[in-house]
Order: sequence, then structure tokens, then C-alpha cells
Amino acid sequence: MITRLLRRLITGAATIACVYTLTFVMVVSIPGNPFQTGERNMPPEAEQALRARYHMDNNWLYFWEFLLGAIRLDFGPTFTYNEWTCNQVIAASLPVSVIVGSLAIATALLLGIPLGVLSAIRKGKLTDHLGLILVVLCISIPTFVTGSLLLILFGVYLELAPIGGWGTLSHLPLPVITLSLPFVAYIARLTRMGMLDTLGSEFLRTAYAKGLPQRMVIWKHAFKPAFLPVLSYLGPATAQAVTGSFVVEKLFGIPGIGQHFVNAALNRDPGLMMSTVLVFATLLVAFNIVVDLLYSWVDPRIIEAV
Amino acid sequence: MRKAGAIFLLALVVVSVATLPWSLQWYNVQELDTAIRHPPSLAPAVAMARFRQTSEPSSVSSKLAYAATSWFGHDDLGRSVFYRLMPGFLLSLLVGLSAALMAVGIGVTWGAVAGLAGGRVDMALMRIVDVLYGLPYILMVILLKFAITRPLTAWFGGHTRIADLVVLLLAIGGVSWLTMARVIRGQVLSLKSQAFVDAARAAGARPTRILLRHLLPNLVGPTIVYATLAVPQAILQESFLSFLGLGVQAPTPSLGRLAADGVYAINTFVGYWWLIAFPCGTLVLTLLALNLIGDWLRDRFDPKTPYPSPVVGRGK
Repeated sequence: MITRLLRRLITGAATIACVYTLTFVMVVSIPGNPFQTGERNMPPEAEQALRARYHMDNNWLYFWEFLLGAIRLDFGPTFTYNEWTCNQVIAASLPVSVIVGSLAIATALLLGIPLGVLSAIRKGKLTDHLGLILVVLCISIPTFVTGSLLLILFGVYLELAPIGGWGTLSHLPLPVITLSLPFVAYIARLTRMGMLDTLGSEFLRTAYAKGLPQRMVIWKHAFKPAFLPVLSYLGPATAQAVTGSFVVEKLFGIPGIGQHFVNAALNRDPGLMMSTVLVFATLLVAFNIVVDLLYSWVDPRIIEAV
Repeated sequence: MRKAGAIFLLALVVVSVATLPWSLQWYNVQELDTAIRHPPSLAPAVAMARFRQTSEPSSVSSKLAYAATSWFGHDDLGRSVFYRLMPGFLLSLLVGLSAALMAVGIGVTWGAVAGLAGGRVDMALMRIVDVLYGLPYILMVILLKFAITRPLTAWFGGHTRIADLVVLLLAIGGVSWLTMARVIRGQVLSLKSQAFVDAARAAGARPTRILLRHLLPNLVGPTIVYATLAVPQAILQESFLSFLGLGVQAPTPSLGRLAADGVYAINTFVGYWWLIAFPCGTLVLTLLALNLIGDWLRDRFDPKTPYPSPVVGRGK
């Protein structure tokens, strides 16, 4: 178990290092730079001075400087938001996204699993077809459309929720629902698939033969193995959800981290780009390791296989 | 119901191709000064009457064109939503199809080589896919777009709109092959261990022959399935980029661009429902149809879920 964990940690760190290197190469090779944004260009001397100060005039030096800083959890300055450091930007926005994202994943699990189980049990029946339509609708409608429709319906006409902003509990439901819908669809689909694979197996026949009621068979015996595909999807999905969504944040005026991915790229802000990518990659690797551990807890045979 | 998806898509393609001569002429023409104040009327007669009030038709074709346009209303610049929607739909479909094509081209090669070669090559290739997965999708699309815009525009001799479209196609397609590579590799690995591959090798077949004659035919199923699912993904991606203002450049229409414009319009002036209803409706129905087709194909081809319906439960 421990060797397995150690191995995962080492490959994870290697992956993050590769992600960092690749991002760095992309960041320094794309045209445009953060000091010439078109409106207020700074004089060349000032730009030179700034570049020299942060070692941005020497790519090799900058690469190591940023990497060493990142290991000490110091991501340096951002040029997108004046007088902020990347650390402050992330510290201010990541918790917001984590709250919205984890609630969205929880909602997606609460809605998606029953939907998937139900359509697996009633495969080919009306429930299954309705479930399919619901799922495909959830995948098909762009987030910015669902978000604005929810906003108009509940915010403007029914006046049940605030139109946007952040700070109170009433600000939560609309963005959480908007963010969760695509995840609901995938989780329902994966649950259905896993359930269908499991429903045919021998041990369930035994469970039925013992005279167990269907509810017991489904939730106590069939559910655990059927949940495995969902579990492996949850790693990347959670990482994605807690690093926020630009669209949801923009529509609902939430100060999350998702907007910084886009803003950093649009402003060619090297520090902010690399720090947000590193945050995302680290979370992704971390959640994948957690999922891996949970995997062997759900299905102990997997350890033996490795 | 799943066939309805295919039929709907086909009908939309036929209509949009058939109206292409008119829509190419009209998609960027201001027809009404105060267009946005006129909600669309579903009766062509009313539309005709309104048109006569505004201006005199110059030719038969423009009269015809106008009668059709008013079914969908006009946008804030007085342009017909219908004639923007039709080429927009084709453009979005093009984005989706080219992304699927790139996913097949790069993804199948990558996955098949990794699965066949095994060992270090497999590990290296799959690590690259892992690393690319570790980058935020949207950041990658944006960076890719920035990186290739300038050289491509130069290459196209300053035709910025064409270059822009190609950049978009490449940027979306360039990140769409990762899932395909993983799926194909898994498939190749499981096929490789089967007896018929051993038999072929024992009979003296070379690796290329094994790949082309024995493995590729077995990869057609999952390839078709994931290619079909890549199309709506790419269309959704394009609509997202349009929402950010990074999609196709105005005035070129795409489903995502029109939907995003509608969202902006409805956010500022509540009431212009047709600006959001028709583009978003078309977008959603298109994606719905594509996803239904993909789902249907997956049930057909995916060896994991045999078709027709597998024996479920105790009956075996």
C-alpha cells in the first residue's frame, strides 16, 4: 500500500514537472507580452527594468527562478492585476471556487447516481428513455445558456435568488446548479453503464436467490462495483469543478479562480498563467491519487493486480 | 427517437445548404433600422406587410428571402436571424467535423502506435497524453490560438477571416484527440492479447500487416463512436470560445457566436427572446441530435455493451 502510494506520488510529481515545463515553453513562445497590452504601453526602459527584476529577460534563469519559487509556494507577481501577487490572487479566489465546485460535485452525485441506477434497472423502458433525454440535454446546453436562463427565471422574474454576487448563502444555489448539470449527465451515464455491467453477474443472482429484496441487492451488493467507473471519473471532474468555471463566474459575478485562467492567457501574464496551471495540475494529480486509494478500498482485488 | 436525431440533423443540413446562396448574400445586411423592436411574426403574410412598409423589394429573390427571414426576427443591427443562423449552423458543423477528423487522425495513430509498440514507447506516448490532460483545456485552446494565429495569417496571405477560421479549427481539433488516443490504446492492448493476433504472427505476418488487416477493422467501432461524440464537444467548445469573444470573428456567424450574442442581448434588454430562443434552440437541438447519434452508435459498436440489449439479471 505504502510503496504504491509512494510510486503514485513520484509519478504525480513528475507529471506536474512536465506540465510546468510544457506550460513554460508555451508561455514564453507565444507572441505578445504582458507589458504591451495596447492601451497603456509602458516605455521600453521600464519594461526592460521589470523584465530584469523578475529575470524574465533570461528564459533559463526565469524557468528555475519560478520553479524554486513555486516549490516554496511563492508564485511571484502578476501583471494582470496591479500590485497583487499571484499568491494573493489565488488565496482570494481559490476558496470561493472550492466551495462552489465541491457543492456542484455533491449535487451532481446526489442527482446523477439515482438517475443512473434507475435507468439501468428500467433499461429499455420509458424511464430509461426519459433519463437519456435528460442526460443528453444536460450535456448539450452550453453552460452560459442554462446559467442565463436560470438567472432570468429565478433572479429576474421570480425574484427568488439574487441576480449575482457573492457573500451570502442565497448566492449559492444558481451557480452550483449551473455548474453541476454537465457533471450530473456524465455521472448518470457512467452509473448506468457500471450498473448494467454488474447486474448480469453471478453474485447478484445469488443475492436474489437468498431472497433479498431488490433494494437491498441494488444498493448493498451491486452498487459498490458499479460505482467504480464513476469513481475514476470523479478525480478529474472534481479537479475541474473546484478550479472554477469562467462562464459560471462571469454570469453570476463570483470572484472565483476560473476567470484567472482565461484572463491570464488573454493578458499573456506569465506568472499568473503558470501558477494557475500549477494549481490545476496539482489538484488533478492529488484527486487522482485519492481516487486511486478509494479504488482499492472499494475493490480490494486491485491491489493484488498491481 | 434516436433516429429522429439523424433525421433532424439531415433536414437542417439540407435547409441550410439550400438557402446558402441567399444567406451568404444576406447574413450581414442590415434589413431594418429598428429591427430589434419587431418581434418575429410567425405568419409570413404579416412579415411581408411589414416589409412593404419599410422598403420596396428590388427583385423577386429578395422578396422571397425576406418572407423567410421574418420567421426568426432580426438582431440589434437589423440583420435577419434566420440568414445568420443557417450559415452559422454549417460553420459550427464544420468546426465539429474537422475536430472529429483531427481526433481520428492523431488519436488513432497515437493510440495504436502506443498500444502496439508497448514498453517504453507506450509509456512515453501515454505520459505525454497524461501531461496534456494535466493542462486546463481552455487555457490550451487559447494559447494554441495565439501561437498559430500570426504564422497562419501570413501563410494565407492576409486573408484574416479564412486564417482565423483555420486557427479555430486547429486549436479545437488540436486538443480533441486525447480521449481518442486513450480509448484506442486500451482497445489495441486488449486486441493484441487475443488469439487471432497470435495466429497471424505465427503465420508470419509483419507488424504493419497485423495493424492494417487485423487490428484496424476491429478499431472502427470505437473510433466511429468517439468521433461522433467529439463533434458536439467541439461545437460546445467553439460556443464557449465565442462567449469569450475568441471564436469566429464578427460578422461571421456560428451557432455559438449567435447564442452568445443572444445571451448578451437578453442580459441587457430583457424581452428580445427570439435572439436567444432560435440560436440556442438550434444549438441545443444540433448537439442533442449529435449526442443521440453517438449514443446510438456506442450501443451498436461498443463491445462492452452488446446490441441488441444484453441479457440482464437472472434470466441467463
